[in-house]
Amino acid sequence: MAEPLLSVRNLVVEFPTRRGVLRALDGVSFDIAPGEVLGMVGESGAGKSITGAAIIGLIEPPGRIAGGEVYLAGKRIDNLPPDAMRAIRGKRIGMVFQDPLTSLNPLYTVARQLVETIRTHLDLSEKEARAHAIGLLDRVGIPAAARRIDDYPHHFSGGMRQRVVIALALAAEPELVIADEPTTALDVSVQSQIIDVLKEICAERGASVMLITHDMGVIAETADRVAVLYAGRMAEIGPVRDVILNASHPYTRGLMGSIPTLQQDNDRLVQIPGTMPRLNAIPTGCAFNPRCEHSFEKCRVHAPHLIDVAPHHAAACWLAEEET
Amino acid sequence: MSDSFLKVTGLTRHFDVSKPWLNRVIEREEKEFLTATDNVSFDIRKGETFALVGESGSGKSTIAKMIVGLLAPSEGTIEIEGRRIGPNDPEAIRAVRQRMQMIFQDPFASLNPRWRVGDIIAEPIRTFGLLRGGDVTREVARLLEVVGLSASDVGKFPHEFSGGQRQRIAIARALSSKPEFIVCDEPTSALDVSVQAQILNLMRDLQDEFGLTYLLISHDLSVVRHMANRIGVLYLGRLVEIADSKRLFLEPQHPYTQMLLDAVPDLALSGRRRKPVTGEIPNPINPPKGCPFHPRCPIAIDRCKVDPPAPRETPIGTAACHLAGL
Amino acid sequence: MSDTRTPGRLFRMWDNDIAYSFRKSPLAIVSGVVALVIVLAAVFAPLIAPTNPYDPSGLNLMDGFTPPMAPNAFTGNSFVLGADNQGRDVLSTILYGARISLFVGFSAVLFAMVLGIVAGLVAGYRGGWVDAVLMRIADVQLSFPSILIALLIFGVARGFIPPSQRETMAIWVLIVAIGLSDWVQFARVVRGATMVEKSKEYVQAARVIGVSPARILLRHVLPNVMGPVLVIGTIGLALAIIAEATLSFLGVGVPPTQPSLGTLIRIGQQYLFSGEWWILLFPALTLLALALAVNLLGDWLRDALNPRLR
Repeated sequence: MAEPLLSVRNLVVEFPTRRGVLRALDGVSFDIAPGEVLGMVGESGAGKSITGAAIIGLIEPPGRIAGGEVYLAGKRIDNLPPDAMRAIRGKRIGMVFQDPLTSLNPLYTVARQLVETIRTHLDLSEKEARAHAIGLLDRVGIPAAARRIDDYPHHFSGGMRQRVVIALALAAEPELVIADEPTTALDVSVQSQIIDVLKEICAERGASVMLITHDMGVIAETADRVAVLYAGRMAEIGPVRDVILNASHPYTRGLMGSIPTLQQDNDRLVQIPGTMPRLNAIPTGCAFNPRCEHSFEKCRVHAPHLIDVAPHHAAACWLAEEET
Repeated sequence: MSDSFLKVTGLTRHFDVSKPWLNRVIEREEKEFLTATDNVSFDIRKGETFALVGESGSGKSTIAKMIVGLLAPSEGTIEIEGRRIGPNDPEAIRAVRQRMQMIFQDPFASLNPRWRVGDIIAEPIRTFGLLRGGDVTREVARLLEVVGLSASDVGKFPHEFSGGQRQRIAIARALSSKPEFIVCDEPTSALDVSVQAQILNLMRDLQDEFGLTYLLISHDLSVVRHMANRIGVLYLGRLVEIADSKRLFLEPQHPYTQMLLDAVPDLALSGRRRKPVTGEIPNPINPPKGCPFHPRCPIAIDRCKVDPPAPRETPIGTAACHLAGL
Repeated sequence: MSDTRTPGRLFRMWDNDIAYSFRKSPLAIVSGVVALVIVLAAVFAPLIAPTNPYDPSGLNLMDGFTPPMAPNAFTGNSFVLGADNQGRDVLSTILYGARISLFVGFSAVLFAMVLGIVAGLVAGYRGGWVDAVLMRIADVQLSFPSILIALLIFGVARGFIPPSQRETMAIWVLIVAIGLSDWVQFARVVRGATMVEKSKEYVQAARVIGVSPARILLRHVLPNVMGPVLVIGTIGLALAIIAEATLSFLGVGVPPTQPSLGTLIRIGQQYLFSGEWWILLFPALTLLALALAVNLLGDWLRDALNPRLR
C-alpha cells in the first residue's frame, strides 16, 4: 500500500465515570489509503462513532484520548491544539452525520453556510465562492441549484438535505470525508441515491472516505475495505469481499449470518447468543469469548491481537493464529 | 375467504393537519387534511404472517393503530372472523382486545421505566382478570422463560436490560393475554442486526408454538421476506401490490415494488447492478393526482396522471397499476 | 447496569445517583442542613422552646423589650434572642412561628400540587377543548401577581365565613389562597410532560389492552412526570413560605394569637427605629435562611434530576 492518508495507531479512548474508567476504544489501529473507502461496522456501543469523533478531535468531555496516535498524511494530529484541529476539520477532513439537521444551521440559507465554509478554507471572493457552491449543489444532484441555494434547510426534503450536507462536507475539497451513519435516517429508496452520490463525488475528487455504519449492505455496496469493531476493539479488517464472503472472526461470521437477505431461503437466521458486553463488564481475554462457540482456554486469558489471515486481511482471533 | 382471521375493507383515515382556527381565519386558509390511509383492503389468514411494507408516510403504522383500536378509521371496516368491530360495540371490542396484542418499535419507549418487569408483563393478565394472586407470578415467570429471559428478572426495571432483552420483555407482555393475533410494528428496526436475528427467530418459534397470526409492519424488505407468507406494499397510503412473499421478490408486478427491491443493497456481492432509484416520496398532504406513484414511475403513461388505478389480478396476487400484468 | 441482580438494587442506585450529586455539592449540603435544622426545630418546637409564647399565663409584660443575652432590669429574666413588646421570648416565638409558616407552606404547596397535577394530567391527556379551557384559565391567572390573587381569594373567603369562625378558619383560608395562586406552575409542567408521555409506546401498549384513561394517568403517566413536579414543589415551598409571610405582614394572614414568621416581622418592624432591633431581625433572618435554603435545594434538585446536566 502507498503512504496512507490516515493512520490510526493503538487508539485508546476512555470515559471516566464515578464507577471507574470506561474504555470505549481499546487499541484500535487501521490505515486509510488515498482515495480509499473504508467501512467501519459494529453494533451500537462497539465504538465506531467514537473512532470517528476521536480522529476529528470531537470526543465529548469527560471522554478523552488516553493513548495512541492519529496521523493525517504522515503528520500527527491527535495532539494538536484546538485551534489547529478546527482548521483541519472542514478543510482537510469533511464530516457527514446521520441527522442532516445537526450539520445545518436552520437560521441561515444554504448559500450562506456553503459560502462561509468555502471562504473560510479557500481563498475565493464572495462571487466565486457562490459559483463554486452552486456547482457543488448541482454535482450532488440538487435540481435547479442556482435557485434553491437561497433556500433554508427546512425547505429541503430529508434526502435533499443530506445532499446539501455532503456538498458542505466537500466544499473545502478535503482529503478525507468521515461519514457517520449518513443514510440511517433516510428512506430505503433514498438511501441508495445518497450512497451513490457520496461514493461518486469522493472518487471524482480523490477524497478518502471513512464510512461508519451499522448497515452491512451499505458497506457491501460502497467500501473497498471494511473494519469490524466489537466492544471497542478491532475484530477483523480486510477487503470487503473477503470479510463478507470469507470472514475469519467468529463474530463477523455470526454477524453476516444474522442478516436476512433477499437471496437465502432458510427458516432460521444464524444467531449469536447473548449480547455485546457493556463497557463496564468487558470480559478478560478476547471480548467475544463468552459468546463464541469456538473459544478455548487462551481466549479467556489473553486478548488476541490482529493476525494476518490473507494479504491485507487480518482478524483478532486466536483461531486465526492456529490456522496460519 | 372462509379461513381469513382478519379482514379490512376500504380502510381510510384522514388526519386534520390544519393550523389552529385563529391562524386559519387570519391567513384565510382552508382546512387541510392528510390522508394517511386511502381505501386499503386486505385479509389475513389464520396462522400466517402478513407483512405491510412501505417507506415513511406510507401509512403502515396508521393501519396497525386502527386495527388494534388506537385510532378510529375515518371510513372502512375491520372484521375479526367475520364479526365487525364497530366503535359502538364495547362488548365486541373487549372480547377482541384480549385476542389481539401489539409489539412496538422502540423497546426503550414501550416499557414504562418506573415499572418492574413483573408488573409490566402482568398488566394484560390483571387488566383482563385472567389469573389471580400467585398464579400471576407463576405465569409471569413462565413467560419470561418462554422469551429467553430468566424468571429471576421479574423484580428488575427496564433500564437494566439491553434493547434486545427489552424487546423480549415486550413480547412476553404481548403473549401474556394469550392472544391469537399480534401486530408487530417495526419490531426490530431499533435493534442491531445480531439482536434482530434473535428476535426474528424468537417470533418464528412463538408462532409455531402458539399458532400465532402476525401482522408485520416493516420498511425492511429483507426482514419482510424472511418472515412473511404474504406481503402488501404501501405507497402514500395506498396498497399498490399484494402478493405471495416468495414470488413477489422474483417477479414484482408494480413498478414501485420493483424500485424498492432495486434499492436493497446487495450483500451477496453477486454483481447485480441496481437500477438507480429516482425521486423522493411526495408530500402526503398534497399527493399527485391519478396514480400517486406516476411522477417517479419509469413506465408511466398519460392515463396514470389522471386515472387512479384500481387493484387488478396479477399472476402472483393483485397490483394497483394500469400496466401490471400486461 | 448489568452487575445488578436483585430487585430493589436499581432503586437504590437511582437513589444513589441523587445522593452522589448531593454529596458533590457543598451548597446543597449546607442548604439541606439549614433547612433540616429549621424544620426539625419547628416540628419539635414544644419540646425545645424555652417558653410557650401562646400561653398568656407564662407571660410577664414586664419582660417586654428585654435585649438579647442581657437580664431584664426589673424581673431579672434573660432571653437568648431577647423578648418582644409583650415580653414573649423571641426564640420561642420564632420556633412556634416557623411551625406555622412551614405548616402553611407545606399545606399550600400540597394543595397546589394536587390541583395542578390533576388539571395538568387531564389537560395534557384529553387535549381539545378541556385543555384549551384549563390553560386559558391558567394564562389569565398568570397575568396577575400571585400575591394579588391570594389577597382576592382571602378577601372573598372572609366575606363568606361568619366572624365567630374567622380566627380558627384563617389559617385554612390562607392555605387555600396561596395554593390557588400557585397551582398554575404545576399544571403547566404536568401538562407538558403528560403530552410527551402519552405519545410514548408504553401508554399505547396499555391502551391496546383497554386500560382505562384514569388508570393510565395514575399508574403510568403520573410516576413519570413526578420529577419536575418535585422540583417545582420544592421551589414552590419557598415561595409559599414567603407568600404566607407577605400576607401575614400585610395583616391578612394568620391571627396575631398564632404568630407566624411574617406576623413576627410585622410586629418587629414597628420597633426597629426605636432601637429594639432584635424583635425584627431574628424572625427575618430565620425566614431568609429558610426560604434561601429551600430555594437552593430546589435548584440543586432540578440539576440533579436533569440527565443532560449529569
